[in-house]
Amino acid sequence: MNAELTATVETEWKLPSPRVVGMICVIMTESALFTIFVVAYLFYIGKSVSGPYPHEVLELPILGTVLLLSSSGTIVVAEHMLQKDRQAGFNLWWFITFALGFGFLIYTAVEWNKLIHLGLTINSNLFGSTYYSLVGLHASHVVVGLILIGLILVMNLSGRIRDFHHEHIMMISWYWHFVDAVWIIVFTVVYVISAKS
Amino acid sequence: MKSASNAAEQSSDPVERAGGLVSHLLFWFFVFIPGLGLAQEPGVRNIQNIFNPQSKPAQLIHSTAALTLLVCFGIFVVVAGLLFFAVWRYRRKGPEDDNEEPPQVYGSAAIELAWTVPPLLIVTMLVLATARTIGEVQNAKFPDDALQITVVGHRFWWEVRYPQFNFVTANEIHVPVSYLSAARPVRMTLESADVVHGFWVPELNGKTWLVPNRKNEMWIQPTTLGTFVGNCTVFCGPQHANMLIRVVVQPPDDFFDWVAKQQAPPMARPAGEEGKKAFVANSCGTCHRIGGTATDGVFGPDLTHFASRETLGSGVVPNNDENLRVWLRDPQTLKPGCRMPDMRLDDKQIDEILTYLKGLK
Amino acid sequence: MPNGTTTIDTRERIAGPGEEKGTLTGWVQDLIYTVDHKKLGFLYIGTGLLFFVLGGIMALLIRAQLAFPDGRVVSPEVFDGLFTMHGTVMIFLVAMPIVFGMANYLVPLMIGARDMAFPRLNAFSFWLTFFGGCLLFFSYVGAPGLYDAGAAPNAGWFAIAPLTSRAFSEGPSIDYWSLSLIITGIGSVTGAINIMVTIFCYRCKGLTLYRLPLFVWMTVVTMFLVILFLPPLSAAQIMLTLQRYLGAKFFDTQAGGSAILWQHFFWIFGHPEVYILVLPSFGVMSEVVPVFSRKPIFGYPMMVAASVLIGFISAGVWAHHMFTVGLNSFGQTFFAIATLAIAVPTGIKIFNWLATMYGGKIRLELPMLFGVAFLFHFLISGLTGVMLGVAPFDWQLNDSYFVVAHFHYVIVGGILFGIFAFFYFWYPKAFGRMLDKRLGLLHFWFFTIGFHLTFDPQHFAGFLGMPRRIYTYHPGRGWEIWNLISTIGAFVQGIGILFFVINLLWSAWKGKIAGDDPWDAWTLEWTTTSPPPEYNYDKIPTVASRRPLWDLKHPEDPDWRFE
Repeated sequence: MNAELTATVETEWKLPSPRVVGMICVIMTESALFTIFVVAYLFYIGKSVSGPYPHEVLELPILGTVLLLSSSGTIVVAEHMLQKDRQAGFNLWWFITFALGFGFLIYTAVEWNKLIHLGLTINSNLFGSTYYSLVGLHASHVVVGLILIGLILVMNLSGRIRDFHHEHIMMISWYWHFVDAVWIIVFTVVYVISAKS
Repeated sequence: MKSASNAAEQSSDPVERAGGLVSHLLFWFFVFIPGLGLAQEPGVRNIQNIFNPQSKPAQLIHSTAALTLLVCFGIFVVVAGLLFFAVWRYRRKGPEDDNEEPPQVYGSAAIELAWTVPPLLIVTMLVLATARTIGEVQNAKFPDDALQITVVGHRFWWEVRYPQFNFVTANEIHVPVSYLSAARPVRMTLESADVVHGFWVPELNGKTWLVPNRKNEMWIQPTTLGTFVGNCTVFCGPQHANMLIRVVVQPPDDFFDWVAKQQAPPMARPAGEEGKKAFVANSCGTCHRIGGTATDGVFGPDLTHFASRETLGSGVVPNNDENLRVWLRDPQTLKPGCRMPDMRLDDKQIDEILTYLKGLK
Repeated sequence: MPNGTTTIDTRERIAGPGEEKGTLTGWVQDLIYTVDHKKLGFLYIGTGLLFFVLGGIMALLIRAQLAFPDGRVVSPEVFDGLFTMHGTVMIFLVAMPIVFGMANYLVPLMIGARDMAFPRLNAFSFWLTFFGGCLLFFSYVGAPGLYDAGAAPNAGWFAIAPLTSRAFSEGPSIDYWSLSLIITGIGSVTGAINIMVTIFCYRCKGLTLYRLPLFVWMTVVTMFLVILFLPPLSAAQIMLTLQRYLGAKFFDTQAGGSAILWQHFFWIFGHPEVYILVLPSFGVMSEVVPVFSRKPIFGYPMMVAASVLIGFISAGVWAHHMFTVGLNSFGQTFFAIATLAIAVPTGIKIFNWLATMYGGKIRLELPMLFGVAFLFHFLISGLTGVMLGVAPFDWQLNDSYFVVAHFHYVIVGGILFGIFAFFYFWYPKAFGRMLDKRLGLLHFWFFTIGFHLTFDPQHFAGFLGMPRRIYTYHPGRGWEIWNLISTIGAFVQGIGILFFVINLLWSAWKGKIAGDDPWDAWTLEWTTTSPPPEYNYDKIPTVASRRPLWDLKHPEDPDWRFE
């Protein structure tokens, strides 16, 4: 009778995972948000009517970048540990990820402290406004990421995170990779492209 | 009124001729009906109509606009016709119609292709007309000695500078008329002293913004005499509605007379001496400059030849004694929200200043 | 019956919302705590209707002030607050909530799911929207109080910089605008993510993307646009707030900032926003027109393709709102081309709907009446949109009453008529009772006639040079007659809305019992009871075509044989 319908009933019905689709949407929307701040930064390069100017005060944030980008590596290692259900290994590498991310925040705070003393504030000029808003937006996303990572750390004190939580953990690591990818763009735009102006 | 549509009608291009006919009809529709029974000051073109261009850039815009309107109207007639026809022809005629469903047609690639092609062609044609007009208006070339005016938008008045003649005035822009044999394009640089404003006199050109920290360019080339009334088009605050523009198009001789008068300082009149002292004593000069005095205020309009202007407050009321008196008593009654505060003048001071200002021809 | 399909149920009608709890408190508590997509749909739509009435009153005040030259109904400051709030309220607190309400109510039902992917997030999104709206209205009573309309936002709904800087807008009015919209924006984005995940991950068996009801497809494109294009608005508002409170220089022209940059950021949001608002109404049309023509939608694949294409192109047309700011020829030409290009997929959808009607047996019930009116109005507004897309024409028409007429034609004549069609079509499903036909006809005729009286003359006022946002005008400009007719029309529309609200309330108690499938329709939601049980379906259905209920009713001629 309904060969087509029977065929439908018999074949497997595979749908994408809600967590994955959800996280992809989150990354898309946050990318849109960052894009506007990046565009504002690029548009206003060279347009400040008074100093301080980028070439006067910016230095390449090598240490901070190394800290943050390696945390993307360590989080991948932690995921592998979890897949093999190696609790101790997962805990260790997850904690290192947290520490590296936290180190990046400390680095940023130190850098901002130096910049403020050099006279660069959010209201000093266009450079200050676009710099602090862009880097600050990124830092706020690092904070959110650290909260997520920290929550997992705490939850796993009693060994509650297991290999079947693989997808949940992967979503957090995707978010973390996104934050690092944004940093690469911020680094390029702020510390490479605008550094001469 | 007829110049644009006449030119179109004499053209050999059938589309242009049709466009000209349409704009003829539109002109009568839009002007006749609102114009019924309204008294207008002679020579003042209070009723503006984008389909009645009186200046070269407005005419360039008009030809593309009329074409577009015609095309859109044609599409409307065809598609709306199909819609109403379908509703009537394929309506359910009664309960007997419920027994059977009509043929379930899912689609047809051929039909869909067929009805995609005409819109693509129409859009292509409009794009070409658009690109051409954009080029003609924005990239027009001007002779080196073309008249140059700088208009600076303020809340809620227009500063008008004639750099070639070295004077500044406010709210009224005078330009010479252009003839076919003697085109006199007027280049305008648009700036702003505070927020964004918009300059629009429909029969002279489309509108352009006045943006702080930016210079925009536009031009007009009026072919008809008269005073053209326009408006600020970008919301700039409470008195945005009363930031009117007057462009006075004069024969070239009259225009240069006006220029000469504007360049000269106002004639000293003994009747105005008391008022002049009161003007300075009451700090009016902090905002308003008057040539030939020590005042140099730039926050408000330059009043050097105030009495030569047709209106007060950039078009809010006619410039006569009665209105001036009310304005001096408290400008907020005529233009609430404008930037001039109540100067708390007493009657004697008002009389004196009024006499003085009236003499500033 | 084959395995896996749902049975058409004839059990007793399940009690509607509020009836079973008995007490008012119980009912209110239920609504506050609910995470059920249907109740949240009611909350969204109810919120939208409440703000619609408030925004409508503002419109009546605006029209009263403009009916005659030198009007004295309200002061200039109050008028500025009125047109700003009218626009802001209608877009963000009426149209957006109703769009999310329609999607919330219908999407899980149409895809055979029990609820949204993240029900608690769904509730969170609604309450953020609601509180954002409350914050916006609080501006009327917050400092400095009700006198002179308090601190209501008053710089226009798109808040042009630098009018919005501290120097020109003292007081908190702009901040109320920014902050309430940032809050509702977060509500919209989280809601959109929820809906996207639901559609991709919770479809019932057999429901491939190619078999989705077109309303659901339009919702996919809409939510995709929300996810990508609401953040630019929030970003711009964050920058504006940083400028107003911390002295940042983003749009401070004295410090080198650019007023044009605000425009770019705003319209990068603002143009996709209008597609966000109109696509769901396209979806409603695509469900209503086939059912009342008794034929399937003509050209389903092209309808999907055209909608997706519209979504993509809509990202590249924003500067057609900026043709008069002083862009160079290249920019003007590019955006004119993109704008005229988007007219093509939009226009051919009208042809698809027409072709659906052709050869059918059209029943002019109320949903279809509003549908036909939608088509007529959308045709006109699409054409006035083409006129505005021709940049030189726009140099004359922009910022005039012609633009006001154009967008009201789209939003009221198009989107709102689509929303009315949504009400008349799906109210029976939601409440188990039909909306009254006579009240519906009164609503339709008063509102349609009032709509034309209000907005047709505004086109002419625009041709004659009347700019937007002016609180009054002098006599002798040729604008008087058009403004007077427009004002009369506004009040006629108001009467139409009165009939509508009465109909909604009266029919909930006294309307004719609807049954599961009062319209003889074909999508999944008509297979469950009216109203549906909290869990939507007894058994999650399995489908084999785009019109599962048609297949059930016509086993000799099922759709899956032809698709």
